[in-house]
Amino acid sequence: MASLVGSRVERKEDKKFLTGKGRYTADINLANQTYAYFVRSPHARASISKVDVSKASNAPGVVKILTGDDLAEDKIGGLIAGWKIVSQDGTDMKVPAHPPLANNTVNYVGDHVAVVIAETLDQAREAADLVRVDYKVLKAVVKTSDALNSKPIHEGIDKNLCFDWGLGDKSKTDEAFSKAEKIIKIDLVNNRLIPNAMEPRASIGDYNPSSENLTLYTTNQNPHLTRLVLSAFCAIQPEHKFRVVAPDVGGGFGSKIYPYAEDAVIAWTAKKIERPVKWVAERTESFLSDCHGRDHITHAELAVKNDGKIVGLKVETIANLGGYASLFATVTPTYLYGPLVLGLYDIPVAFCNVKAVYTNTTPVDAYRGAGRPEATYMIERLVEKAAKEMGIDRAEFRSKNFISKFPHQQCLVHNIDSGDYSAHLNKALELSDYKNFENRRTESKSKGKLRGIGFSTYLEACGIAPSAVVMSIGAGVGLWESAEIRFNATGNISVFTGTHSHGQGHDTTFAQIVSDKLGVPIENIDLVHGDTDKGPFGMGTYGSRSLAVGGTAITKACDKIIDKGKKVAAHMLEAKPDEIDFKAGEFIVKNSNKKKTIGEIAFACYLPGQYGEIKSPLPEGVEPGLKETAFYDPVNFSFPAGTHICEVEVDQDTGETKVVAYTAVDDFGTVINPMIVEGQVHGGVVQGIGQALYENARYDESGQLITASYMDYTMPRANNLPELRIDYTSTPATSNPLGVKGCGEAGAIAAPPAVMNAVIDAIDIDISMPATSEKVCNALQKNKKNNKEAA
Amino acid sequence: MKSFNFHSIKSVKEAQKLASGKSVYLAGGMTTIPAMKHGLASYSDIIDIKNIKDLSGIKVSSKSIRIGAITKHAEVASSKEVRKSISSLALLADGIGDAQVRNRGTIGGSIANNDPTADYPSACLALNATIHTSNRKIHANKFFKDMFETALKKGELIETVEFQIPTKSSYEKFPSPASLYAMVGVYVAKYKSEVIVAVTGAQSVVYRCKEIENALNSNFSASAIDGVKIKSSGLNSDIHASSDYRAHLIKVLAKKAVTGCK
Ligand SMILES: Cc1cc2nc3c(=O)[nH]c(=O)nc-3n(C[C@H](O)[C@H](O)[C@H](O)COP(=O)(O)OP(=O)(O)OC[C@H]3O[C@@H](n4cnc5c(N)ncnc54)[C@H](O)[C@@H]3O)c2cc1C
Repeated sequence: MASLVGSRVERKEDKKFLTGKGRYTADINLANQTYAYFVRSPHARASISKVDVSKASNAPGVVKILTGDDLAEDKIGGLIAGWKIVSQDGTDMKVPAHPPLANNTVNYVGDHVAVVIAETLDQAREAADLVRVDYKVLKAVVKTSDALNSKPIHEGIDKNLCFDWGLGDKSKTDEAFSKAEKIIKIDLVNNRLIPNAMEPRASIGDYNPSSENLTLYTTNQNPHLTRLVLSAFCAIQPEHKFRVVAPDVGGGFGSKIYPYAEDAVIAWTAKKIERPVKWVAERTESFLSDCHGRDHITHAELAVKNDGKIVGLKVETIANLGGYASLFATVTPTYLYGPLVLGLYDIPVAFCNVKAVYTNTTPVDAYRGAGRPEATYMIERLVEKAAKEMGIDRAEFRSKNFISKFPHQQCLVHNIDSGDYSAHLNKALELSDYKNFENRRTESKSKGKLRGIGFSTYLEACGIAPSAVVMSIGAGVGLWESAEIRFNATGNISVFTGTHSHGQGHDTTFAQIVSDKLGVPIENIDLVHGDTDKGPFGMGTYGSRSLAVGGTAITKACDKIIDKGKKVAAHMLEAKPDEIDFKAGEFIVKNSNKKKTIGEIAFACYLPGQYGEIKSPLPEGVEPGLKETAFYDPVNFSFPAGTHICEVEVDQDTGETKVVAYTAVDDFGTVINPMIVEGQVHGGVVQGIGQALYENARYDESGQLITASYMDYTMPRANNLPELRIDYTSTPATSNPLGVKGCGEAGAIAAPPAVMNAVIDAIDIDISMPATSEKVCNALQKNKKNNKEAA
Repeated sequence: MKSFNFHSIKSVKEAQKLASGKSVYLAGGMTTIPAMKHGLASYSDIIDIKNIKDLSGIKVSSKSIRIGAITKHAEVASSKEVRKSISSLALLADGIGDAQVRNRGTIGGSIANNDPTADYPSACLALNATIHTSNRKIHANKFFKDMFETALKKGELIETVEFQIPTKSSYEKFPSPASLYAMVGVYVAKYKSEVIVAVTGAQSVVYRCKEIENALNSNFSASAIDGVKIKSSGLNSDIHASSDYRAHLIKVLAKKAVTGCK
């Protein structure tokens, strides 16, 4: 059997998805089911004196209406921020209560006030209109830049400051700056994004009063953690009587990592009324209440020697958390951001300060890349600016500062195990035909278009994460992963993983690994995930961790299967276990043709006997069955890196900007399935182009989200994109046996600075994301005016 | 969505008989159904006019093109006759929304709806259209009253739209990146006796831009527009484009349209 690792195996899951046979939460309907509709705050900030449900309760079909008072009465706990951050002055971060249904105050438009349960969805929605809420509207804090200077929106949280965190050696950094030959400064805004998973969120609660078991079907990337939070913190149901199922999930991008208020409320309500309760978000609810991403304001400075060598970096960021601190909200702008501000450069000293603030906007949490896109945007814009100001070629400036020896202990946190940054830079230079760019610029000019080129050489940290390390810096849980390989008697395999696939193609990639490891055809391998009743506890999918951590757990479980198989085979073949070789699905006695297939071993393990003779194929002390579990706690993060080069053309009359060429050369270590990885790069790059040119979540002064539909929130479309040129280089990770590094977020991390650097190169004036036509057009006119004045 | 009675009918007569203060005609449903789903509109009776044969089809004479109200955007876009006699109209239809919208949305629905950012209203003004309804004929100049408001009376049904064939014409649209509706659209049509320049997307309702018309009437060339001043006051301003940017686009697009006139 040829090796599957490294080959473009077609996705096993595509058949169901492409033929409309995916089974999503909204596709599930249970007998006697009721429907939920949430009453949401129309105000960004208000206190609530009364929620009057009397009229609504009498509306047709209404089963139950529940409010924050009911929640408090049942002692249902609030949602949590799962990562403790400590401020520079040694104080703990400040986190407001976050009840799943508002308790007297609401803090963003879309915040949850009450839930109406009715026999039909229409009845629930109509009754929700009859719920009278007495709001006293309060002045909202909306802008990131206003938060620190505004009165607290949460009692006792002075300056709306959750934490003021520092990373690095401040005094050494200041010293480096005082001696610097050149200092390059930049001010940046990282625009707020709305994740827009294709499938809106949904939850169904189902309580069985006989067994007292509760099941929650939900659109989630992380069912075990959701169960843990809803059990341990919200106190809805003990963990052992609580099943969380995340069936097919149509995209998450981080927005479905966390349990949401709706999950808690639906689970609690189903238990309370002892009937299934179904909730499916309308698209507007997705815009308003799915956690948003990014939203940083940053000032950064780079200290450089005249020869272009970087000697220090200073970063100051204000990160908007929104109305509450969501589950990963505090780690995203700190440990997922701060260590990465160095990029892939050898920078001797650095200091990064992050102030996280509350505003009356939708909570902000991890979104594809989570912290790393923000860090990369900062350092890549800054480096490009430095190269330009110093008159050094952008590629040369970068390669001059690349880390070149591995392992490399960075001055902040990470110890980078492997990489070859010149390799992907050089390959990208070639693939993008960099040396002929100026010809293309001239050619565009002759068509009345301004052409620009932009680079992004990025580093990211994936495969999160070593538990002891992350728990030492505030993580509420360890970030290991689990796997179980369960052979059936007939020789096929169920593989259980604690990760979750919602577009990543795990069913295929993980099966390729198992197929190669155990020599079982891929069609006889089935991946099982997303059900807390089926597999062992796992930590879910995010941070490009599934393959590096989950895939390693699977590999280890396979090794245990092989070990046991060797013992059984040895007994059956009358040899010693250390005389057995395992290859391509066969246990072979060394230097002989005596062998047993792994299928025969599985059969023997489950049917350990034979007719007519009392004789077991299992050696003494070996248990029947063939099923192994492994937990893997990574020893380090993994560090994908790459070079992305973007070319844009700008219409001088309208300002319309088009990406006309895009090259991505990534080092993801070992690539298991190049086709799936390409898909991940495509998707990520497109999201990155979206952030750079189109997407922008905007609020008006009162805190109304004015981009709450596709009429106003611009998503990138297929016709906005060029053919993407994609290639790889590979330095395998040394921290896991597969050598894999992670590819899910790279595109979204690398693309925004590549695109913006290209835009700025084209128009020769600094503008912020997204580079909309009007913004670019205004910049061009400003340039024209300046040039005229100068002349 | 609130519940309603659904009527699929075969004649204009039936349609008018069923029409009431609480009914709505349903053509492509591209506007009506989202409005109902969002709870912005509700009706007791939906009268589906898609099966009224008299409302379909494209007829060309030497002077005009008549397009039945339920003709879909995709049909206009691919019609050989339209492409031959007023190619800009076919191109306009081809640039509406996306493929799904073009395969369902209709010319009658678009005109009756009179979205300030829709494309067809500009064609009606620029191409001297006559809107033939169940009751009368209405000239385009008198049809588009204000945002989402037309001269149509309750229950009045558009049957056909008749466009005068110009000597040459062109439509230039700058789509709003999110919705794909016109941020600004400029339709230039040259007739023997006059030049008409209709602008959509820029004000609360489609209008004729007299400043550019005057310039082009004396000199039909793109450079004639250079000297025209478009005031931004009175133009739409929203998150996608300020009134200044729209004023700028009107000129840019008008020049492009003149250059592209065929
Ligand atoms: C995603 C999207 C993008 C779009 N982009 C564009 C765009 O770029 N440019 C553009 O111009 N439009 C655009 N549209 C609108 C589209 O062209 C619609 O087709 C049009 O607005 C309505 O046509 P309809 O046939 O769907 O009408 P319906 O939704 O069925 O009806 C709309 C209204 O017109 C009335 N009506 C329909 N037919 C008649 C008739 N014969 N007589 C009297 N009244 C009638 C109905 O009663 C209703 O009030 C877009 C729509 C969507 C959903």
